[in-house]
Amino acid sequence: MAAHRPIATTRSATGIPTGRLAVWWVIASEIVIFGGVLGSYLMHRLGHPEWEHQSVHTNTWIGAFNTLVLLTSSLFAVLAHNAAELKNGKKAANFLMLTCLGALTFMVVKGFEWTHEIQSGFTMQSNMFWSFYYTAAGLHGLHVLAGAIIMLFIAADARKNQELQRVEAIGIYWHFVDIVWVFLFPLLYIAK
Amino acid sequence: MSDTSHPAPAGTAAVAEGHAHVDHTQAYVKIWATLVVLLIISVAGPFLGIRWVTLITAFGIAVVKAYMVAKHFMHIDLERKWILYLVATMLALMAVMVGGVSPDVMQHHGRNWTNVAAQEVVEKGLKEAPAEHGEHGAAPAHGEKP
Amino acid sequence: MSADAHAAGHAAGHHEEGWFQKYFWSTDHKMIGMQYMFTGMVMALIGGFTVYVFRMQLAFPGISVPGYGRVTASDYNALVTTHGSVMIFWVAMPVLIAALGNFLIPLMIGCDDMVFPRLNRLSYQLFLLSAIILLASFFVQGGAFGGAWTAYPPLSAKPQYNLTPHGASLWLLAVALEFVAFLLGGINFVTTVMNSRAPGMKMFDVPIVVWMIVIASIVFMASVGPLVAGAVMLLFDQNFGTGFFDPAKGGDPVLWQHLFWFFGHPEVYVVLLPAVGIVAEVITTFARKKLFGYKTVLYTAIGTGVLSFFVWAHHQFIAGIDPRMANIFSVTTLLISIPVAEMMFVYIATLYGGTIRMKVPMLWALAFIGEFLLGGVTGIFLGASGSDIYFHDTYFVLAHFHYTFFPIAFISVFSAVTYWFPKMFGRMMNETFGKIHFWGTVIPFNFIFIPLFILGVRGDHRRIYDYQHFPDLMKPGMQDLRVLATLSLVTLIAFQFVFLANFFYSLFWGPKASANPWQSNTLEWVAASPPPHGNFPEGLPTVYRGPYEYNHPDRPEEDYWPQNVAPTGGQ
Repeated sequence: MAAHRPIATTRSATGIPTGRLAVWWVIASEIVIFGGVLGSYLMHRLGHPEWEHQSVHTNTWIGAFNTLVLLTSSLFAVLAHNAAELKNGKKAANFLMLTCLGALTFMVVKGFEWTHEIQSGFTMQSNMFWSFYYTAAGLHGLHVLAGAIIMLFIAADARKNQELQRVEAIGIYWHFVDIVWVFLFPLLYIAK
Repeated sequence: MSDTSHPAPAGTAAVAEGHAHVDHTQAYVKIWATLVVLLIISVAGPFLGIRWVTLITAFGIAVVKAYMVAKHFMHIDLERKWILYLVATMLALMAVMVGGVSPDVMQHHGRNWTNVAAQEVVEKGLKEAPAEHGEHGAAPAHGEKP
Repeated sequence: MSADAHAAGHAAGHHEEGWFQKYFWSTDHKMIGMQYMFTGMVMALIGGFTVYVFRMQLAFPGISVPGYGRVTASDYNALVTTHGSVMIFWVAMPVLIAALGNFLIPLMIGCDDMVFPRLNRLSYQLFLLSAIILLASFFVQGGAFGGAWTAYPPLSAKPQYNLTPHGASLWLLAVALEFVAFLLGGINFVTTVMNSRAPGMKMFDVPIVVWMIVIASIVFMASVGPLVAGAVMLLFDQNFGTGFFDPAKGGDPVLWQHLFWFFGHPEVYVVLLPAVGIVAEVITTFARKKLFGYKTVLYTAIGTGVLSFFVWAHHQFIAGIDPRMANIFSVTTLLISIPVAEMMFVYIATLYGGTIRMKVPMLWALAFIGEFLLGGVTGIFLGASGSDIYFHDTYFVLAHFHYTFFPIAFISVFSAVTYWFPKMFGRMMNETFGKIHFWGTVIPFNFIFIPLFILGVRGDHRRIYDYQHFPDLMKPGMQDLRVLATLSLVTLIAFQFVFLANFFYSLFWGPKASANPWQSNTLEWVAASPPPHGNFPEGLPTVYRGPYEYNHPDRPEEDYWPQNVAPTGGQ
């Protein structure tokens, strides 16, 4: 396998390491993707007051619990970064695993939540509110899943004290995913 | 692709030999605790039943939380300035998009046009009584009309 | 620099790559760039075939088109949809941005590869997958998507209207996947240019084409998000019974239009900027002259990119948008012509007083300036909402965007290919056949689209497969113009075989090229032709000056001064 790290990757004319620089660009493009979804939802929601008859059925407590889970997973992610800065790869890896555990919890809870809602007749087709609900939260969920998977790989390297700089990068991505949820939560669960 | 001799990159806290990185665990946990408190306030907001309070607690707190995560967890304030500008530009673009699109999509009538189909859907929906209430345990005074 | 020495040793000890590794699994930016280029060339043949078929139908309605057969109304829809989609997403973008960006950027900024080589490979593989999915859509029941490349719902959402339900979903998947590939690729490009420049290469020492590709990538990244969201929504409408764009269910079809064009308009600048960048490189080399205003061009390009986000609804003037919005967008649209014209004027000023070498790449670059200007001025009529009410959806629009798109996707690309062919393949293309190809393309091109301008003014609407049904559009002379356009198209296509023959012949048997056959300044000409793995085995270059120091008074012995030549004494 001929892959080796090119010299290009080690240069840093901006002073920002390449991995972290790239993650910020990823976030920039994700802002517009989620912005598109959430913006479209917002415009429709403001034009359709009758959706409140549907949105009343989202479970604020489950949403709040999931918010707590994501906030805590963000804490673990930044603690992983902290440990990596202290060159403690094993500790960083453990914190990353806790973050992934948070992701898993989030997905499982959502699984139960959606199952219950679908069984109650609130499907993606039953009303436009639910179409947006599942699409927006689903898109977010995919990003949680993808982030968690990548995090597992980075944790494996970190445990061997390798590629520790990636811990920070995946952490930044994770915090972004958390922030998206921080806005989804009031939109779908509180000021609904 | 392991390279244990990989040189330490210039990070937010430069880890040159001999410069010990400070353990920020305490600070991070404090931020987390603040975030949790804010979360509780935002959930409690609707219980007061005042629309404006709900909106402020829900979205105002969301903005504050986002700011705190960006500042304290993502260290955006320690990054090069232009990264902040980049993020701000993307957000501004989204505002432009919503601003340009909402006269057509959010409103259902304009100076010379009416979106009859949408208006009918809205009327129909408003007439239907809401389905079972309180079944899901989330029934504060929530009748928030935007 | 110890890291460089490490790399040199590493490259020397590099094991020989197997055939599969080298051609299909490579992480080398040059190979990936060529993969994009060849894929784009194949897709161009498909895009060209579709236009040949439907223009034959338009010129000779009802005939059995040689190589295809009879063209029904729904065939026609699928053909025009395929033509537009393929040419924009699978020809212009991959060749201008992915192929040239991949090949040139590391070389021009003096490093050994992109910062994320494996991500680079993944980007190409996703892109290839998207192309395969699109091609697969030709063979499913119903055939390729027939809802136009703009895919407006309800036509695109409801199978009873577009008659191509499977094709429609496959098209959406292909487009979405292509977007993901370009997002990933764009991140690679931007990060590489920001971080991995050669020592001594300050911001204003970077060649213009590199900046253009970076700005294009950023504009793409910032604009495609809402359309990704919209594509997901449309896919759900098509397959899961949601009603995002269905007013009866509470949705709004105009939302799609906005989401699409919020991306669609910046997109045209995404493809324009690299083309403009190519022209900058070529004219400076072949006029032996410094670019008249480097910073002007750079800032204008950035300004164009920014302004491009504020003009999108000019595609929707008669779609029922609020007329007050139309006013605003008219003003912004007319404004955006200024920076673009500015860039053209800088180029003309660059040429003035230069020592022109009329090689084939220069011919193409000059043609770009002339033809694109013509296309651009016709855009003024469309940007003003008053006249657009008449012109919208006529062939006037079509001729306008082909007068801009063809220079972007073909004229500048031929300039680029003939210019960088020696660097890519280590051989020279044939000049005479290059000139024959040039004239055989540019002259027919004008004879295709000038008739279409005239037809548009006279009322020809787009997306109509047989004008014989419209007596108003069969006035004397009109069908003749359609025939003229079609015959010119066939001529143009025929001359492309001259290019293909020249290309492939030269690839294997062309005269060997030196490292710097055009005597240009930029760093890619320092590397061997073609560059080896790692690009600069003798050591990554250091930069001492800008990229366009031609005929510099401090260097009388040569009329060019490569960026990496140290100032005290030559090399």
